[in-house]
Amino acid sequence: MSRHGEGNAVGWGVAQVAMLAVAVLTIYPLYFIVITAFKTRHEYLTNQFLPPRDPTLENFRQAFRDGQLLTWVGNSLLITIASVIVAAIVSSLAAYPLARSRFPGRLPFIGLNIVLMVVPPVVLVVPLFIFFVNLGLVNSRLAVVIIYVGLLIPFSIYLLVNFFATIPRSLEEAARMDGAGQLRTLWSVIMPLSAPAVVTVVVVNAVWVWNELLIALVFLQDDNARTLTAGLTFFQGRFIQNEPLVMTGALIATVPMLLLYIVGQRFFIRGLTAGFGK
Amino acid sequence: MASETHGAELAVPRRRKRIGGRWRPILTAYLLIFPAFAFIAVVFIYSLIRLGYISVHSGNNGDEGPANLTAYRFIVDDPIFRQAVRHNLLLLLSVPFVTVVALGISFVLQEGIRGWKTYRTIVFVPYMLAIPVLGTTFVYVLSLNGAVNTFLGKLGLDALQQDWLGDPNWVLTSIAAIIVYHELGFGVVLFTARLLSLPEEVDQAARIDGCTWWQLRRRVTLPQMRGVITAFVTLELITMLSWVFAYVYSTTRGGPNFASYVLEFYIFDNAFTFRSPTFAAAAAILLLLATTALITIQVRRTNVEVNVE
Repeated sequence: MSRHGEGNAVGWGVAQVAMLAVAVLTIYPLYFIVITAFKTRHEYLTNQFLPPRDPTLENFRQAFRDGQLLTWVGNSLLITIASVIVAAIVSSLAAYPLARSRFPGRLPFIGLNIVLMVVPPVVLVVPLFIFFVNLGLVNSRLAVVIIYVGLLIPFSIYLLVNFFATIPRSLEEAARMDGAGQLRTLWSVIMPLSAPAVVTVVVVNAVWVWNELLIALVFLQDDNARTLTAGLTFFQGRFIQNEPLVMTGALIATVPMLLLYIVGQRFFIRGLTAGFGK
Repeated sequence: MASETHGAELAVPRRRKRIGGRWRPILTAYLLIFPAFAFIAVVFIYSLIRLGYISVHSGNNGDEGPANLTAYRFIVDDPIFRQAVRHNLLLLLSVPFVTVVALGISFVLQEGIRGWKTYRTIVFVPYMLAIPVLGTTFVYVLSLNGAVNTFLGKLGLDALQQDWLGDPNWVLTSIAAIIVYHELGFGVVLFTARLLSLPEEVDQAARIDGCTWWQLRRRVTLPQMRGVITAFVTLELITMLSWVFAYVYSTTRGGPNFASYVLEFYIFDNAFTFRSPTFAAAAAILLLLATTALITIQVRRTNVEVNVE
């Protein structure tokens, strides 16, 4: 990083104070969620800003007892893991020939994926709902996984094609000379080298699926089928007057992604900045 | 990302082996692409075609009667639709704001302010939170007795206290603030990454030539960042037009009295509350056209980077 010019201590001080203010502001909601989740409702009413004087776990007990949070956590985990794994496999398989072989339709297909990355899900929801209702897949986690995989593919392919293209061809040619077929080359040569790119795709996609609301809301209307993110909005509707309890739900919804972020921050940032080279 | 390099260049003579005829690699390629294509075909291609079909037919499945444009005619005259469009357009106004603030923060971070990495991580936290989590939290923080009003009260600024999400005059601004809050981290991460990749010599040369900070930023740094800024602005414009459903649903559900109603809610309500998919589909087509227009501008102005030779 370039060093700041000399003799501008005032500007420097202002920058430090401003950054501190920005940091306090941006961390505040997370801070609010965490401190509120461990407060009694009584304490929340008298103490909104400071950590709890007398931390309680009662909200967690109640959240798991009265709400269906545990079921929702299970649904979210299942749907997230399934969608992310299927999307990673399917996209890797497709991205490899797209980056390597030459065949009719290759560039149009890559172009299609780029365009589809920005199609808003809300325009797809109406026909997809009719489609899956006609198939009898209502309140079906399978239907939701299919939709998520479809929505994740364009970004995943785009990122992986860009990455595969940077792997030197000579490595594959060596494998081919040793008698490996295309699939074998993909599995034994390309995939090990592509681990960072695949992990990036998995992390970014996992966060996206876990946090998704609209599709979860529309396709999983049964209380037992909801994801945690969609369930949280119902949880709040039901317990709106109990701020600490709702914030406990918010905390439970946030912790897995926060852990993922802490572990995979590097990959996450790489994924978000991918394709913005210039 | 093109930054990956692999030193293991193996010196192998290029030799082609063609087992199974010249069509075999092409067939393998299609076979490998097929699963991805199948998902895309169902989720995007079929859906978009069906969407157009539904928008010109009536009935619960959007497949009855002769094709007609009744739904389009109805919605463009529908005051609720117009209000929703107006709200989306007003949300667009927050794009310059979030862009300038994100640029400012990333400049300060790039100067090497003490703890810049920590700051970058912290500023990014709201982007990690699920939008509904952010929404449910702000419902409390912005409520009448919430943290913001209590804080203003403690500062003696009682006159500024508002029912931020309950007052029709304030609700859209409040939602815009929540969106800015969420998207800011994305902008900072994007801009910082670009700033870090700029050659330092250019900066140094400009400083030696006596550039002030402002001149350096305006004449040297910004022109080099044009591509990433355009991309960010375009993505944010698309977000404000067509990806704000989760914010509105988790805070106000479009209220009070439609004061925060947006296009996505119009589509959602028509489809799933009023059970009239035809109107929802027609509105969706119009939204899609608006989004496509923005993408076209983006693709023309910046080259989306694909390394496929």
